[in-house]
Amino acid sequence: MQTKSAGFANIDWVRASPWLCTIGLFAIWEASVWVFSIPYYILPAPTQIGYAMYEFAGALWFNSIQTLWTTLLGFAMAIVFGLLLGLFIGWDKRIYAGLYPLMIGFNSIPKIAVVPILVLWFGAGWLPAVLTAFLISFFPIVVNVATGLATIEPEMEDVLRALGAKKLDVMVKVGIPRSLPYFFGALKVAITLAFIGSVLSETIAANSGIGHMMLTAQANFEVPLVFACLIALAVEGIGMYAIMAGLEQRMTGWAHRSGFNR
Amino acid sequence: METFVDISDVALRYTGRAGSQDTLAVEHLNLKVHRGDFVAVVGPSGCGKSTLMKLATGLHFPSAGVVRLDGKVVNGPVSIAGMAFQNPVMLPWRSTRDNVLLPMEVVDPHRRQIRTNRTKYKQQADEILASVGLVGAGDQYPWQLSGGMQQRASLCRALIHDPELLLLDEPFAALDAFTREELWCVIRDLHQEKQFTCILVTHDLREAVFLADTVHVMSARPGQIIVSRTIPIPRPRPIEITYETEFAELTHELRGHIAEARG
Ligand SMILES: Nc1ncnc2c1ncn2[C@@H]1O[C@H](COP(=O)(O)OP(=O)(O)O)[C@@H](O)[C@H]1O
Ligand SMILES: [Mg+2]
Repeated sequence: MQTKSAGFANIDWVRASPWLCTIGLFAIWEASVWVFSIPYYILPAPTQIGYAMYEFAGALWFNSIQTLWTTLLGFAMAIVFGLLLGLFIGWDKRIYAGLYPLMIGFNSIPKIAVVPILVLWFGAGWLPAVLTAFLISFFPIVVNVATGLATIEPEMEDVLRALGAKKLDVMVKVGIPRSLPYFFGALKVAITLAFIGSVLSETIAANSGIGHMMLTAQANFEVPLVFACLIALAVEGIGMYAIMAGLEQRMTGWAHRSGFNR
Repeated sequence: METFVDISDVALRYTGRAGSQDTLAVEHLNLKVHRGDFVAVVGPSGCGKSTLMKLATGLHFPSAGVVRLDGKVVNGPVSIAGMAFQNPVMLPWRSTRDNVLLPMEVVDPHRRQIRTNRTKYKQQADEILASVGLVGAGDQYPWQLSGGMQQRASLCRALIHDPELLLLDEPFAALDAFTREELWCVIRDLHQEKQFTCILVTHDLREAVFLADTVHVMSARPGQIIVSRTIPIPRPRPIEITYETEFAELTHELRGHIAEARG
């Protein structure tokens, strides 16, 4: 029983650090607002934002769910379409070589430029938001799945083909399992992009969702509410990212352990 | 003895990308291998040794000439050959045992039986792993094994389905001298036991002389066989013979041919 300072020394500082930093940031923010007497319509203090969140809890909740739905719908479409297109492109090195530059070209279009076109086609509302989320997030999935397939070691392919394996055998036994780490790695990136896409579209043309709520709050000069929306977005974004990162860990632990793809 | 692999007057031209020139990898290539024989192919690098392997397995088609296997003209992947390369290419998400069993999931009739008879196949994999000195390594993942152990596992994968033809493309080039000699003995014993036909590509003349019945020397590109030397030392050969004069003379003679081949 010589651990007198046990309580303090046993804290896992590495795990505690993100929480401490977050709390510290808000504390400095709060203090700065009071010390420099920054008016709330420029930068509201965290407490004021917290009050706005409490005051508008119902609307915030409703719109967060709305944004979550559009994001997940677009993301799900991106997974299905991205997987199929990725499999198609990665199936053969020649298809990969031919379509890869096209994909890069497509991806370099700033997606914000397509939102007005989507609105033109589908009218304002949730559909353009879903489609923007989809368009912006399918690309990393396609590229990663295709790359995982197209970079099968040629020796591995020779071993299997000399046994009479068909292309489908090679894909099922080698290509698809080996592209899974690429796929799950891409999901992490894609969910963040999908979220950016749906919020972006909501701020341009929608009648619900956090993006739309932010725009309305800004028009009404409800600055603390604008910030409350931001916080809601941050929480939602972090949550979705964490789920995808956890999924990646679970599904492709072998890749981390073996140092694959490093 | 009957001819098993028959490559007669074969040429292979790789068509390069637009702009770059075509490569004539081999031309007037002739090679006959009898059933059950162990032949080694040596030659300067880039002379078409790996190309020869791909021709023998039907992974590439000759631009001219004919490749026959067991009397039949090869016009597609032969579907019976085991292969091993310098890079063991194991699948990191499968245990070593499941890597070894990979061919069983592809070749008939095993691919239809492996699901229902898992235990039998598992046992078969463990037996062949044990025969190359990998007792109990089946449950380990390939990335937990050393380079030499991975190469042993790769040999097991090449032989698990009892192929009639084994092709080894510089399989030991990346290993240290001791491990390499150990693996020479592993291959020697496996060949003694299973009597498959084997073509070994190597740039190690001692390896070629130690293992092969006949050593074929290839010319610089476009490759063809310029010398075929029968190795009269009776098999199976103990590793000690590599220090005897007859052995040294044979390697020395072959070295002379290689020097000629490089021009
Ligand atoms: N897929 C390919 N496409 C174009 N050229 C190739 C290809 N494979 C091999 N070559 C060329 O053919 C020649 C012989 O290659 P290879 O058979 O691999 O030689 P080795 O195994 O004897 O070193 C080399 O010049 C190589 O560059
Ligand atoms: Mg080679």
